[in-house]
Amino acid sequence: MILDFYRSTVGKKIIMALTGAALLGFVVGHMAGNLKMFGGVGADGVHKMDHYAEFLRTMGSDLFGRETLLWVARAGLLVCVGLHILMAFQLSLINSKARPVGYKSQEYQSSTLASRGMMFGGIILLSFIVFHILHFTTGDLHFRGFEYGKVYSNVWNGFQSPSVVAFYILAMAALSFHTFHGAWSLFQTLGVDGPKLNPIIRGVALVLAILLFFGFVSVPIATSMQILSAPIG
Amino acid sequence: MNLTLLVWRQETPTSEGSFKEYKVNDVSPDSSFLEMLDLLNEELEVKGEAPIAFEHDCREGICGSCSMVVNGKPHGPNKLATTCQLHMRSFKDGDTIVIEPWRAKAFPVIKDLVVDRSAFDKIIQAGGFISVNTGAAVDANSILIDKESADSAFDAATCIGCGACVAACPNGSAMLFTAAKVSHLGLLAQGQPERYSRVINMVKEMDAQMFGGCTNHGECQEACPKGISIKFISRLNRDYLKGRLLQIVQGSGMKAQ
Amino acid sequence: MELNSKVPDGPLDKKWTSHKGKIKLVNPANKRKYKVIVVGTGLAGASAAATLSELGYQVKAFCFQDSPRRAHSIAAQGGINAAKNYQNDGDSVYRLFYDTIKGGDFRAREANVHRLAEVSLNIIDQCVAQGVPFAREYGGTLSNRSFGGAQVSRTFYARGQTGQQLLLGAYAALEKEIARGGVKMYPFTEMLDVVLVDGRARGIVTRNLRTGKIESHVADAVLLCTGGYSTVFYLSTNAKGCNVTATWRAYKRGAGFANPCFTQIHPTCIPVTGEHQSKLTLMSESLRNDGRIWVPKNKGDKRSPSDIPEGERDYYLERKYPSFGNLSPRDIASRAAKEVCDEGRGVGSSGLGVYLDFSDAIKRLGRSAIEARYGNLFDIYKQITGENPYESPMRIFPAPHYTMGGLWVDYNLMTTIPGLYALGEANFSDHGANRLGASALMQGLADGYFVIPYTIGDFLADHKPDGISETHKSFLDTEREVKERLSKLVSLRGNRSIDSFHRELGRLMWDNCGMSRSKAGLTETINKIPELRERFYKEACVPGSGEDLNQTLERAGRVADFLEFAEVMCRDALDREESCGGHFRSEYQTEEGEAKRNDDDYCYASVWGKSEDGSPKLFKEKLNFENVKLQTRSYK
Repeated sequence: MILDFYRSTVGKKIIMALTGAALLGFVVGHMAGNLKMFGGVGADGVHKMDHYAEFLRTMGSDLFGRETLLWVARAGLLVCVGLHILMAFQLSLINSKARPVGYKSQEYQSSTLASRGMMFGGIILLSFIVFHILHFTTGDLHFRGFEYGKVYSNVWNGFQSPSVVAFYILAMAALSFHTFHGAWSLFQTLGVDGPKLNPIIRGVALVLAILLFFGFVSVPIATSMQILSAPIG
Repeated sequence: MNLTLLVWRQETPTSEGSFKEYKVNDVSPDSSFLEMLDLLNEELEVKGEAPIAFEHDCREGICGSCSMVVNGKPHGPNKLATTCQLHMRSFKDGDTIVIEPWRAKAFPVIKDLVVDRSAFDKIIQAGGFISVNTGAAVDANSILIDKESADSAFDAATCIGCGACVAACPNGSAMLFTAAKVSHLGLLAQGQPERYSRVINMVKEMDAQMFGGCTNHGECQEACPKGISIKFISRLNRDYLKGRLLQIVQGSGMKAQ
Repeated sequence: MELNSKVPDGPLDKKWTSHKGKIKLVNPANKRKYKVIVVGTGLAGASAAATLSELGYQVKAFCFQDSPRRAHSIAAQGGINAAKNYQNDGDSVYRLFYDTIKGGDFRAREANVHRLAEVSLNIIDQCVAQGVPFAREYGGTLSNRSFGGAQVSRTFYARGQTGQQLLLGAYAALEKEIARGGVKMYPFTEMLDVVLVDGRARGIVTRNLRTGKIESHVADAVLLCTGGYSTVFYLSTNAKGCNVTATWRAYKRGAGFANPCFTQIHPTCIPVTGEHQSKLTLMSESLRNDGRIWVPKNKGDKRSPSDIPEGERDYYLERKYPSFGNLSPRDIASRAAKEVCDEGRGVGSSGLGVYLDFSDAIKRLGRSAIEARYGNLFDIYKQITGENPYESPMRIFPAPHYTMGGLWVDYNLMTTIPGLYALGEANFSDHGANRLGASALMQGLADGYFVIPYTIGDFLADHKPDGISETHKSFLDTEREVKERLSKLVSLRGNRSIDSFHRELGRLMWDNCGMSRSKAGLTETINKIPELRERFYKEACVPGSGEDLNQTLERAGRVADFLEFAEVMCRDALDREESCGGHFRSEYQTEEGEAKRNDDDYCYASVWGKSEDGSPKLFKEKLNFENVKLQTRSYK
């Protein structure tokens, strides 16, 4: 039965919607966390960002041990991303097979660049995520003095590369477009719908898309423009 | 009016098609789009050339036969109208008009602008009905249905099965068609016993017919000559999810495979 | 030709019940051994095919459209009558029966009409159970409206799309049976002949419209549910594909064709705009509740309607029929419109139109009230004409709409060919010389759901399956004849289009066998048709082959049949020297120009059969009225 659900296009869409919702929750939290970059240095001489990062590593440690919850969250995210991508890939394949011959001219009336570009945006996001992890989590692609645990410094240094900043902004634009359609679409797919509700959902999706974009790009821009001060030591 | 037409011509389901240019002159702005094609076809016929094959029957917007993409839009530029209700006064003298068949894997071209839409019938066969044999009905007024549900069911039931939703959808999805039938029957008291097995079976058949999946572009409701809303797609999704959850909870007690 | 109506004995209201109790049945286990062919999937065909399959028969259903859902029943707008008396306004089975008999101008068979009124009750129950979304009141009960001059509210409706919703109900039942395996569906398939073995209908020959393949299908009984023939007039409210081929082919094989001249002209259609016109669109009769019909008093007055002062307008229906006024019955309103146009007072560029004016109603009730009542109809009008009926009056003109005539059938719906049945509009039906509004849907479903499932058993019980196959000589012969006809058509290489012949025939029929008929006009037409037919076979052109989808060939076959059928239609109109219902002979009218019926000489159904030499021969079924009194309809 679950297999039948998974095999159907509607089932796949529901899986996409649920994983999308989880990922959306994650990026909103991530964005809020990023803003700690503007938090300055605390009384203990440690940057607020590093403080926050340490919190993520220690949360729930009294019960489960250090970093356990963080890894659980990471695993969960990985599963979500994996499923989301798998479904997207399968659905795109089904959809492209459903129209083997296209039109000479087709005039769109209600679909948007965002809705038609979900796959394209998704691919940008995927490549960004891979880079982002290698860049800031493992440091393999950092090349500017990556030091495990020193988040503020890693970020500040990382964003001194203009090409990194440019890629980051491009990816965030993709995220914004992806959110604009996805945050509305997921409610439709889950059957949450109503004549009064829909404009609100659409509005929230738009606001989220804008907030995510500006929230995320504020850090690289502030860094590269030297609005954020260089890390101490 | 004088017009230039670029029309998809394809002799057989397997032959290669191409666009062919035709000039039609002295078209009355009062004539319908199909009457304009009639005019051209009569000219072609007396020249011994094959006329353009296209489907049509009632010519009053209810049978759902006519099916062509006119200048990039299923049924042409006017909202809430089938091709047969499109009149030439909607065009300008000297216009070039591109005419194509519905394009979808599930709707293979048979000839020129005629496509095979039997996939829709297959979806209905999978559950788009209420299983009641003739003679088994109770008195009509013993089933009370609130006006709001009856009206909403009617809104969904107005679907004429033309396939414009599939033609318009960038994914070639038949979700609006399927959702309209699922909602029509699911909103009525009579449709409750089979409500969840119906949606599960119809979606399964829809997928089997090689229609695409819905990504909420909303193009279908723009193209629908009967103005059927995508809220019914959302309703289908809801029923589908509920149905699957019920299946998991109740085991395989339901008719659905 | 023997015309035994097989009407059961007993009192009128007990006939159907006692008949059902007496007719032979087929054992449930044996039903699956019988094959039944159903041609056409409109209300009658779809409901019959589904129900027979539910009973266990092996059914094959055929339609020329790409899906059974597209049959022209789908276009019916107004509603369906049933004597439910849910409104407590005094309706009853008897009243519905009486209204139908009277509306038909006393030219229908009493017993059949009473049965129709009886089963009307079951139809609504069945449709609701299937999920037909009829209009409802806030309390959840079904809503009714009055229709077509009836004095009770007995019409059930689903906005202006009742036919669509009823057909989708029957179609769903049909698809359910297709899925179960009881019905094998053949869409895109046109029936081109009936096959008789030893005088009994044993199957049909069809052409697959996609591949051109000619095929035979064997059965124990054949049901023709192929609708009416209004498209003989070329321009009509019918779908383009509607045709007479199936019933005409049955006639050619020996079935009697009854009352072919009984055609209904609907008064409120959008007028013709020019030669390009391919069909006429009906505007619901309900518009006449608030619209006033008029033409200018003076001949050739070409001023715009708003410039014509009140004193120079002729509200002719109100003038001639003060008590019914704009709500006069269809046949009367249609004829009155023709009269004023014949006088040269018609409006619009063609002069063939009258105004249907809502300005008084808009003044009285306000635009929003009119919009709520007729908004969708006004939109359709605007879409087609490009004119705004809120600002200037609509122009309307009568158009061919329904054909009461059809294959003659007995009480069991069997034609004069054993094993061949006709249902719905295809039979000569229960409507006499004029059909009441909202009764066509009722009859189609009555025949399919509730009559044929019983009556077919009576015949099949006596005709056990015998293993005849498609290789039987009769099938091979018929197939060969069909192929010959087709190859004759496909070899036509003249310089005129098929449609041009159809238009020419339509014009001829409309002028001489339309709203008003005369001996001179009919005689002339009967002479002209054979000549037109001859020219058709010389001058028409059919490009392409018969080996694939060839829509010109399809039309050619249908027009060829119309060119034969039209002659019988005119002969029938010529024979009936009286005016009744939709049949108006200009020689037979009162001094005031009203129809003059002749019950002494013409109280019969005219049944045309093919004689030995191929010419049509008239047989008569005398109509006996034992329960109603014949009287003159008056709407003054």
